[in-house]
Amino acid sequence: MPEQSPAIIRFDKVNKWYGNDFHVLRDIDLSVAKGERIVICGPSGSGKSTLIRCINRLEEHQQGVIEVDGVELRDDIKAIDQVRKNVGMVFQQFNLFPHLTVLENLTLSPMWVGKLPKKEAEERAMQQLKRVRIAEQAGKYPLQLSGGQQQRVAIARALCLTPKIMLFDEPTSALDPEMIKEVLDVMIELANMGITMLCVTHEMGFAKAVADRVIFMDQGQIVEQNTPEAFFNNPQNERSKDFLSKILGH
Amino acid sequence: MGTQFQPIAPRPSPVRQSGPLVWARRNLFADWRSSLFTLIIGAVLVWALPRLWQWVIAGAVFQPDPNACQAARGVGACWGVIAEKYRVILFGRYPYDEQWRPLVATLLMVATVVVSCMRVFWTRWLALIWVASLAGFFVLMGGGVPGLSKVRTELWGGLPLTLMLAVLSLFLAFPLAVLVALGRRARLPAIRTISVLYVELVRGVPLISVLFMASFMFPLFVPQGVTVDVLVRVVAGLTLFIAAYMAETVRGGLQAVPKGQFEAADSLGLGYWQAQRLIVLPQALSMVVPSIMNTFISLFKDTSLVTIVSLYELTGALALALNSDVQWRPFKLEAYFFITLIYFSGCFAMSRYSLWVEKQLAASKAR
Repeated sequence: MPEQSPAIIRFDKVNKWYGNDFHVLRDIDLSVAKGERIVICGPSGSGKSTLIRCINRLEEHQQGVIEVDGVELRDDIKAIDQVRKNVGMVFQQFNLFPHLTVLENLTLSPMWVGKLPKKEAEERAMQQLKRVRIAEQAGKYPLQLSGGQQQRVAIARALCLTPKIMLFDEPTSALDPEMIKEVLDVMIELANMGITMLCVTHEMGFAKAVADRVIFMDQGQIVEQNTPEAFFNNPQNERSKDFLSKILGH
Repeated sequence: MGTQFQPIAPRPSPVRQSGPLVWARRNLFADWRSSLFTLIIGAVLVWALPRLWQWVIAGAVFQPDPNACQAARGVGACWGVIAEKYRVILFGRYPYDEQWRPLVATLLMVATVVVSCMRVFWTRWLALIWVASLAGFFVLMGGGVPGLSKVRTELWGGLPLTLMLAVLSLFLAFPLAVLVALGRRARLPAIRTISVLYVELVRGVPLISVLFMASFMFPLFVPQGVTVDVLVRVVAGLTLFIAAYMAETVRGGLQAVPKGQFEAADSLGLGYWQAQRLIVLPQALSMVVPSIMNTFISLFKDTSLVTIVSLYELTGALALALNSDVQWRPFKLEAYFFITLIYFSGCFAMSRYSLWVEKQLAASKAR
């Protein structure tokens, strides 16, 4: 379990509000070990997406401390840039850049942020495209691809940062059922590579297969966290039991 | 059970019928309403076309002969006025013997614009071409170098002035508009306020008053002895005016870029300007090509308003050519047709070009 290796992500009493009265994260304490694979689940509006979006500062927290790879996230642009270089993110809606080809989507950040020469950036991009098994589509535009293909490109794009941490924000929720598997397969492969992963998902099969820890959130709080076996077979909290019965019951 | 999936075999599409009769039935006489309109429009054409022919061609006078024109009044057009006055209309008060210079300058400017519209020339060299071409334009027009006598800017006029004002103010207004549009969405309240104030102030006044201010009030604010050329002031006025409108167009495009695009750019570590330049603006601008072209076209025609500060561009030069000439004054209408044709070809070319650009952009986004 977590504590044997040093924490790469640390949340200390983190609070966040949307507007004045929507308290979306409440006293979050969380420590993620290097190489740990975490699945975060919970009902909608429970703050799970907000939680992982705080890790690369797509959302700002108002109270508490978030530390990523030894860098504290504050209003300091340098610190934020530093963290973002190490954190790849995959979105529910893919968010590929539609005016750029697949290859250009992948080389953009390595070239402009990482200052890599074009040739090297393209080599790296092709390597990642091969990893997600989509190298033959490099010259196409994102909208010419299927949803599953787009999401795999998005994963490859995040991997081109050579991140230490990968965040997945409901990566399969916008996909047709027959495309979910191709994306999950890629994610399972990644998980086996030893990269630190935080994944917001309701794919319980995925959680069982790869997660070191499952975190259940409700109303902005971490309600329960445990190994997948323990969490699925023997949930401790009423809310977790209720949630599991709903998503596993059908 | 046991039934197997049987795909429906593909069939060829129905044979296309063609020929003039089929076309006419489909497009002109599809039902009684379209038949009715076809007949009405046909009747109007039968009535109007012969009269138009009579006025434009058959009864028209083509020689620059005021007496013949006078005789043909009411019967035919007097195209002779153009033959007589075209040099004043095209070049205004520019010294008569030197008028090859504005001619070459105009051709240079047109050629540069045409070249910039073509994809093969979209390289780094294009900026250099523009610098050279603008320098060439101003040297030709202004002179003051060995071999070319000096011509004061008050004497510039006609088509080259129209083109120069339009091209230069568009060039300057576009980046300004993008900055103001970004400014209105900036995080810093000061920048946001300045951008909003600028847009609202400029949009709230007519172009004529902006030109007036640029021309007559601006000199009051600069120290004594410093003079800013009237052309510079007018270009500045046009630029500021058009940039305010364009900024709002660009802002519309910016708003249409989904939030996820910004987040993806952020998550990839792109800085603000990188994200704007590489991700946001290309998408935002490609969405507003038609309205930006709209602004371009209206600016091209709005240059005619600089007459009020005594610059005789195309429209002003026309008035200059005819107002003081009793013999030819009655045939203003024909002269106006002439400059209408010039304005129209400019605007039509722009609107066709905008369509072409849209097609190019659509091709790169094709599903």
